[in-house]
Amino acid sequence: MSPEELEQIVEAERERQAQFKHTVKVCVAAGCVSCQSEGVKSALEKEVSRRHGEAECQVKGVGCMGLCAEGPLVAVGDRALYQHVAEGDAPAILDSLEGPSVDRLNCPTDVPFFQKQQKIVLENSGNIDPERIEDYIAAGGYSALMKVLGEMTPMQVIEEITRSGLRGRGGAGYPTGLKWSTVSKAVGERKYVICNADEGDPGAFMDRSVLESDPHRVLEGMLIAAHAIGASEGYIYVRAEYPLAIKRLRTAIKQAERLGLLGSNISGSRLTFHIDLRLGAGAFVCGEETALIASVEGRRGIPRPRPPYPAQEGLFGEPTLINNVETFANVAPIIRNGGAWYAAIGTEKSKGTKVFALAGSIKNTGLVEVPMGTSLRQIVFEIGGGISEGREFKAVQTGGPSGGCLPAQFLDMPVDYENLAKAGSIMGSGGMIVMDDSSCMVDVARFFMDFCMSESCGKCIPCRAGTYHMHAILDKVTKHLASAHDLSQLEELADLLKNTSLCGLGQSAPNPVMSTLRYFAEEYRAHVEEHRCPAGVCKNGPKDGKQ
Amino acid sequence: MRRMGNQPRGLIEALHTVQEIFGYLDLDALRYVAASLRVPLSRAYGVATFYHFFTLKPPGEHTCVVCIGTACYIKGAPLLLDELKQELGVKPGQTTPDGKVSVLGARCLGSCGLAPAVVYDREVAGKVTPQALRRRVMQWKSHVS
Repeated sequence: MSPEELEQIVEAERERQAQFKHTVKVCVAAGCVSCQSEGVKSALEKEVSRRHGEAECQVKGVGCMGLCAEGPLVAVGDRALYQHVAEGDAPAILDSLEGPSVDRLNCPTDVPFFQKQQKIVLENSGNIDPERIEDYIAAGGYSALMKVLGEMTPMQVIEEITRSGLRGRGGAGYPTGLKWSTVSKAVGERKYVICNADEGDPGAFMDRSVLESDPHRVLEGMLIAAHAIGASEGYIYVRAEYPLAIKRLRTAIKQAERLGLLGSNISGSRLTFHIDLRLGAGAFVCGEETALIASVEGRRGIPRPRPPYPAQEGLFGEPTLINNVETFANVAPIIRNGGAWYAAIGTEKSKGTKVFALAGSIKNTGLVEVPMGTSLRQIVFEIGGGISEGREFKAVQTGGPSGGCLPAQFLDMPVDYENLAKAGSIMGSGGMIVMDDSSCMVDVARFFMDFCMSESCGKCIPCRAGTYHMHAILDKVTKHLASAHDLSQLEELADLLKNTSLCGLGQSAPNPVMSTLRYFAEEYRAHVEEHRCPAGVCKNGPKDGKQ
Repeated sequence: MRRMGNQPRGLIEALHTVQEIFGYLDLDALRYVAASLRVPLSRAYGVATFYHFFTLKPPGEHTCVVCIGTACYIKGAPLLLDELKQELGVKPGQTTPDGKVSVLGARCLGSCGLAPAVVYDREVAGKVTPQALRRRVMQWKSHVS
């Protein structure tokens, strides 16, 4: 595959698209598929062929359009977006191609949810067919790879990424450029690139959506990384719980191999790169990089002390670059548009955009991408449409079981890595769960501790025993059996876990507890002293006489 | 297994394949996989029990997976689990004594827009109420096959 051949594919694909008078796009990402969007798609296809209009109208499966709560979503060109579409709506939708739109299905697109977003990672989601490489290429795909192979040395690529200020989107926010340069300088027989797609945070589905909507973008990012650090093999570690993402990735890898975009001497250069999938098997700790490496090697996913860092000694003892899906998804646009373009977006220390998965008690559940530095209020109330069913905002939880719960006083805080950390939470991978006044914060803290307890790998004692004890105390609190002494012990344990655990799981496990103790102390007190749960969630108290 | 060159590193992949075909991993399967990949049985067993995705018990005729991710938890997944416990007398990870229904808990299906979500056999259902759940499960129970 040479740049000229790539250009030919672009031309051919554009011509193919141009012969259709109309394009009806149906979301075929998991959110909409679980509301039977595939049935809608085949109903539309049948209706099109019944009207003998295949040459005029194409029905295209596309990736996530963001507003998962209103699925299945169907877009007619740029003219209209329809929500809650059922199979029986197919004739009406096709009628609307030439006439006025179908009012009862209309989903308004002039609302903040669509207007206030800035899409880089998700630029192709909802536009291209994730199962056709030609569609991705026509949208500018793989041009960054060609540019890198034809015009840039590995050093220049790393400089460009460093200039962009991109930071790891997996949660910790380590500067990507720095990581790449460390691995490129490390000495080893061979080097590996691993894409971390083990999205374990409950409530986070950004990575899955990117993989399902635009898998080639991730492959291209990995290829560029391979060129930059001199790697020859890559792995994508993806959750077995995401069958659709796995299927699309497999298709994408085959297509890229067929076109010579993966394999030996790509585009006549010296780059030889193969990508293979590895399926996770449901272990949250495998998001930690050393545990992930152990899992790719076919062992139990147990972390080991660092250093040596994977950049020096990673997979099979060789230098290994591990980045998250969203990080890789940012690479191609940075190369295409330049690091300076990317660095102009966002805040001083956190550049670019971030994808958040909005869920919980919020009207517009779904996927949004906003520049770093957007305030929580904008995300939750403007873009997210506010709290559902007229209830009151109580807290927003970021970073999953490793993050914290932030109360209303932080709503105007600009969201970036530093601010979230200062407030006692973390960016995490981008899950954002909104809670209203019907949630009990002690119960939520117990829920997360239960998660950490069962996900702790058991290697180090602070985490293995600490999470167990913290959970036991929280359980006591929710049963109204705890004393003030228990609360102080809870704080002591939190401190212990944070400072002495081996890996990120244990170190951050106390975050939900500490943040709720700090911001919702009232609720703990009500449970302990007055034996009541203000939100009415924890009922099994001695007062109720149940148990 | 052959695709991975019968290497120990292919252990997890091999177990995935076995579970996909047989539905669970029994001791014979573990022995066979361990021997072919030349890893100690203890390691195969260790890996199979470490990861939540693998199961050593045969699943029931039907499976009902209740998502207990954060979003579903907040939107009422605990009520669904209570309902199942009342109706079937089983907790997540257990199968009814007649082998009809297995109940599992999932750490987030990533369908948070549909919270609370339940997977009946392989089909995802969103915004599930305890009543809807009971109807569905009772159908399974009464269905003679």
